[in-house]
Order: sequence, then C-alpha cells, then structure tokens
Amino acid sequence: MLYREVGEFRTSYQQDSQTFPIRIERIGYYAILAAAVLVAPFLINDYWANAVVVPFLIWSLAALGLNILTGYCGQLSLGTGGFMAVGAYGCYKLMTAFPDLNIVFCVLIAGAVTSAVGMLFGLPSLRIKGFYLAVATLASQFFLVWLFNKVPWFYNYSASGQITAPPRTVFGVDVTGPYTHPAAQYLFCLAFVIAFAWLARNLTRGALGRSWMAIRDMDIAAEIIGVDPLKAKLSAFAVSSFFVGVAGALFFAAYLGSVEATDAFNISQSFLVLFMIIIGGLGSVLGSFIGAAFLVLLPVLLKNLLAGGLGWETQIATHFEFVIVGGLIILFLIAEPHGIAQMWRLVKEKMRLWPFPHDR
Amino acid sequence: MKARIAVAAFVAATFTAPAALAELVIPWLSYRTGPYAVGGIPLADGFSDYFAMVNERDGGVGGVPVRVVDCETGYNTQKAVECYEATKGEGALVYSPLSTGATYQLIPKATADDIPIHSMGYGRTSAANGAIFSHVFNFPANYWDGASIAVKHILDVNGGDISGKTITLLHHNSAYGREPIRTLEELSGKHGFEFKAIPVDHPGQEQKSQWLEIRRDQPDYVLMWGWGVMNPVAIQEAANIRFPMENFIGVWWSGSENDVVPAGDRAHGYKALAMHAPGSDYPLFDDIKTHVHDKGMASGAGDQFGTVLYNRAVYGAVLITEAIRTAQEMHGVADITPGMMRDGLENLEITQERMTELGLPNFGPAMKITCQNHGGPGIAMVQQWDANAMEWSLISDMISSDREVIDPLIKEDSEAYAAENSIEPRC
Repeated sequence: MLYREVGEFRTSYQQDSQTFPIRIERIGYYAILAAAVLVAPFLINDYWANAVVVPFLIWSLAALGLNILTGYCGQLSLGTGGFMAVGAYGCYKLMTAFPDLNIVFCVLIAGAVTSAVGMLFGLPSLRIKGFYLAVATLASQFFLVWLFNKVPWFYNYSASGQITAPPRTVFGVDVTGPYTHPAAQYLFCLAFVIAFAWLARNLTRGALGRSWMAIRDMDIAAEIIGVDPLKAKLSAFAVSSFFVGVAGALFFAAYLGSVEATDAFNISQSFLVLFMIIIGGLGSVLGSFIGAAFLVLLPVLLKNLLAGGLGWETQIATHFEFVIVGGLIILFLIAEPHGIAQMWRLVKEKMRLWPFPHDR
Repeated sequence: MKARIAVAAFVAATFTAPAALAELVIPWLSYRTGPYAVGGIPLADGFSDYFAMVNERDGGVGGVPVRVVDCETGYNTQKAVECYEATKGEGALVYSPLSTGATYQLIPKATADDIPIHSMGYGRTSAANGAIFSHVFNFPANYWDGASIAVKHILDVNGGDISGKTITLLHHNSAYGREPIRTLEELSGKHGFEFKAIPVDHPGQEQKSQWLEIRRDQPDYVLMWGWGVMNPVAIQEAANIRFPMENFIGVWWSGSENDVVPAGDRAHGYKALAMHAPGSDYPLFDDIKTHVHDKGMASGAGDQFGTVLYNRAVYGAVLITEAIRTAQEMHGVADITPGMMRDGLENLEITQERMTELGLPNFGPAMKITCQNHGGPGIAMVQQWDANAMEWSLISDMISSDREVIDPLIKEDSEAYAAENSIEPRC
C-alpha cells in the first residue's frame, strides 16, 4: 500500500533498467541525496563531522571498494588496511611534494597509485583462490605497513614517522588542515562518495561488472564462455584498490589529519572493512553503506547512550559496547546470512504485497 | 522507527546542555580497557582522585569546582578524536591525550580551537619549542630528554666512558616508540657507543624474536620505550634470557609496579627513568587519602593509590592546577577560558618552596615555562625496582639532559613542522 508499483508502466528499456525502477524509491533516493547535499551542511558541527558523518562516509567508500573485489568478483582480500595506507601516504607525498597541486587531484592520483599497487598484489589471484588468496593479500597488508614504517622517505624523515596533512583548499575553502569548517570537510568527502558510489553502481551492472560476477560465480564456466580471467580479476583489483586508496587518502587528509601506519592502517582495519561488507551484504552497493553504518555508527551511538546518556562508568560502557555490537552481528547473521541489504530486499518484497500477501 | 529512536538518542546524547554553574572542565582521555589499560587505569584514577580531593578540601581551584570529564579511548587515536570533539564543546580547559599518536592528531586541531594540550612527558618532542607550538606543553621532560638522561646514567655507571659499548633500544613500533631514535643516534656519535633499534609491534604481547635478537647481539644495555602490555612481557623475556636487569632501563612509561610485578623476583634490579618520586609518603597523598579514599569516593577500584603511574597523574593534575591558578591571577577571573588556561601554562613557575607548600617536597623538579620553552627543565631521575621490598627507590639525583644535543634537534624538527604548515615563530 505504501510501497507499490501499481500504475507504473515502463515503456523503454532505459526505464526498465534504471537503478531505482520504482517511483517511490527513486523519490526517496533523491530526497536523501538532496538532504545530504543541501540540508546537512548547514546543520553539521565539529562533533557530527569528525565523530559521525565523515568516518561513516570514508568507511563506506572503503567498504564499497572491497565489495567490488570480494562481493562482485569473489576475490577474498585482507589487504584493505595496507591499500588504504598506500592511498594515505601517496596523498601525503603528493601534498608535500607539489604544494600547488589541488587536493582533489592528490586524492585521485593517490587512488591511481593504490590501483597499481593493488594490481601488483592481485597477481597471485590468477593462480590461487579463496582462503589461500586471503593469506596472500594478508602478506600485502603486513608488507605495506612495514614499508611505510621502514622507509623514512614516505614520512619525509620526521622523527616519529607520523604524517600530517598540511592545509589545502578547494575553490578557496579549506578542506584539510585544522582550520577546516566541518561543512567543507563533510562536503568534500560526500562529493567523493557520491561520485564513487555512482561509478560503482554503473560499473557493476555493465560488461565489466558482469565479467566479475561470472568469475565469482564459477570461474571455469566464465572462462569457457569467453571471460578473460586475467582481465576480470586484475580489473577488479585495480578498481577496488582505487576506491580503497581514495578512502585511505580521505581518511588521512580529511578525517584524521595526521596518521601513523601501524596505528591507523593495521590488520584490524582490514577486518573491519571485511566485516562491514559481510554484515551489510556482499555484492551490494547499499550493503556497503549499511555495513559501514553498522560498524562505525553503532559503537558511537552506544557510547553516547551508555556513558553519556545513562551515565555508566566508561569502562563498563565500553565493554558493553563490545557485547552489544558483537551480539547484534551474530543476530543479524543468523537472521539473514546474506547481510542486511538482503534483509532490506526481503522487506521490500513483503511491502509490495502488503496488506494482501499471497502464498505461492 | 528504529532509525528515529537512534536519531533521537544521538541528538539527546550530543546536545545535552552543560550545567550553567561555573566550573572548570578538564577532560581526561582515559583507557581503562584494552591492552594499554594496565597503564591507563592508574593514570585515570590518580587524575580524578586529585581533583576530587581539590573539590572536597578547597572547594575547587580559586573557588570554582573542577569537573573531570572521563572519555574512554582504548588508546585508539580515532576514538581520541571523537572524545576530543565530544568534550571540547563543554568548555574543556586543557587536554591530556595520554597517547603520543593522539597528541599528534590533536596538536593542529587544538591549536585551531585555542585549547591547550598538556602532554606530560609524551607526545611530540619538538613541541617543546613554544615559539612554533603555541598551544602544546610537554613539561617537565620529553622523550629526547629521557633518551639523553638514560645515556647519562649509563655514562655515570661506566665512569664517563662508554665508547665501544652497545646500546639497544627496544621500542613500541609507533610514533611514541620511534621518538627517541633520532636523539640516540646523535648521542651514539657523540659518545661512541653502538646503537641499534628493535621495534615491537602493537600490542607487544609477542616479543620472542626481538629477545632472540638481543640474546644473539648481547648488547651492554637495553633501553625500553614500551607501554601497556609490552612492558611486563619485555621484562619477563629479559628475565628468561637472563639479561642483567641493572642494564635494562625503561623510560618513565615503562617503570610502574604493574610492569615489574608479573616477573616476580626476576625483575629485581630493573631500572626506569622517573620524572617524579615514587611512593605515597607525602602530605598531599595524606590529603587524598583523607578527603577521597576514606570517604569512599576513590575512582576505579581504589587500589592504585601511590603507584608510579597514579603519582604521575597526580603530578600532572598538580601542574594543571597550578597553571589554572596562574591563569586566574593573570586575568583576574576565577572561571577561566581555554585561552586564559594557555596563558597560565605558558607563565607557569613552580619552585621547590611551592612544591613543599603543595605537600610534595622534592617530588619533582622546579620549573619555569616561557614562550620559547614549553618543555620545562628536562630533568629526571633513575629509579630501581626492589623485588623483595616490592618498591621503587630512587638511585640518582635529578639528572638534566644534554641540551647541546637536544636543542638543535628540537629546533630542526619544529622548524620543519613550521615550514610544512606555514607557521610564523611567535617569539
């Protein structure tokens, strides 16, 4: 009744294959987009930007990247943290070596560098699959973090190995550095996320995405029908690493402002992103966002609720946060092993028929 | 519906209006959970106990009560940023990030927000140059002082000549642990000892390969820049390879009871730097006992009283309180702002007479902070663990660091930061 497609007639293939074929959904999507771009910047303050929205956007982007590789192409990767580090350090080197280069290009070039590194570490995927590939990508995680600690050139020979983002502007407005207005910081990240989510959606339903999914579903069959596994797998690694690299660059430049490889890009970040896509939904753009929201926003919400709202002691609140988030993860995975995105899909199916459900 | 509840809770939790009464808000980025809780708990307890005592005994500082805002970070820099943003709106006067990584993160943010940072014996060493780091204070001593003081102690033990000796630094593989390397390299050139750095990755529970390397190299001395669970593990591993404990020297963050007790008798003789005296044999601690512990208001389990890190936090709290007083006198206002607090920290002067008045005779060095020098005197002592008496005892006088080596390094590093971020020196 609320959510239905009765009376909507699609008269062209274009209408039929659009991302949101149902009108109410399309309206909802544009409404959210409009709210995010036009309304949120006026409401945002430092706390909301730095603790809630910006980390959510950046982790969504990283999850989107990993989802392309793992969810769409079926290549399990544990190297996300390392690839984010490549993006961050690449961005830092570009920012300091070419102070006049616009930050947008720094971020994009950092993404391209990560893409090349990702392809290099993706080469083993041509020979090994599944858990074995996970172990190979795990090596990239450790190698890259080690590299950024070991070679002082990457951190410009600073005493402690920390890299700090100098202030940079877009259209004359600070987007990195300490004097950044939260709205600028937010819009800067949002622009990247919108562009990349749009790109991801369109890549995954095009020829390239279909070749990835063919490889994912059965690589031998895919090869027989003419999908080149080398091209498909390496392109998935390239595109995925590009996304992850951009996320890493934003994580460093726009969010934290100063990072250190072992602390910010360690193995737990790789797992975090992997858990995001597993909980959110493998092979789903929406799932990446839901997963990121679940693992980034829920702990902040619980912390505010337990320690701030209910006045619990901080350590008890923190321990309970782990218990609650862990419990919910198990609950969601038992209820729907394909992730929250799948749950949403089922809810939509039910809503279409409501209030007159029928059984087949 | 769920989303609506969530949003409502968010809004409620974020925008709860702070109390209208005048109060001095001091956030404390604590970590009572995770692999660094072993250090985080005594620090958090000491800090809140001291201010609880000040509120009970004197009704606050200059008549304005102090509210310590405890925010759990788990020693995670991202959570520290969240804590910073969450607490700064409450009128936070000064931040103690309690983590070198978090300090690096907050230096530019806090400077932009005009809120000072007191990173006491941690954080960015070159922030000692107050001309460039206007809002960061790392007195009474920084990591480079620590490295130099440790080497001076080794020099003392060896009658002033350590050429040809080998010194290994076992360090936490983070900004924190890497800080002393540059100074030790300089000092190795100056004094002619061989220097080697061995990193231990977070959290530091696994150090077999590092100690195998130490066993193979047989260095004369091992210095340690460790934190959290890394410390007790290192001391146990050192005992396992029978490394002579008196040649094993930790920085002030690697020298608490919690670090040596797990190794039992075998930790006997382990040394650590001390920026203040150990023990609770001071009039101030009696006050904390009477006004806080005896009234059942102690923070946490109340079992950390008088331990090294508890004392560290009490000392930090004393210095902050003195800075608040200085700020109140300078500006003639009792309810000061963070900007005034910065002035208070920059004009802080503590003499030994004042320390005695405060009930801490000879607890720490006298100091005078100026616009150029935010790093204090750079003085520390050496303490040694007595496993039989289960206590730390000071085995040296106050040792000052080698300014000849450290000052140029501070200048170089801070000027590099100034150039990267286009900052003009203030003085």
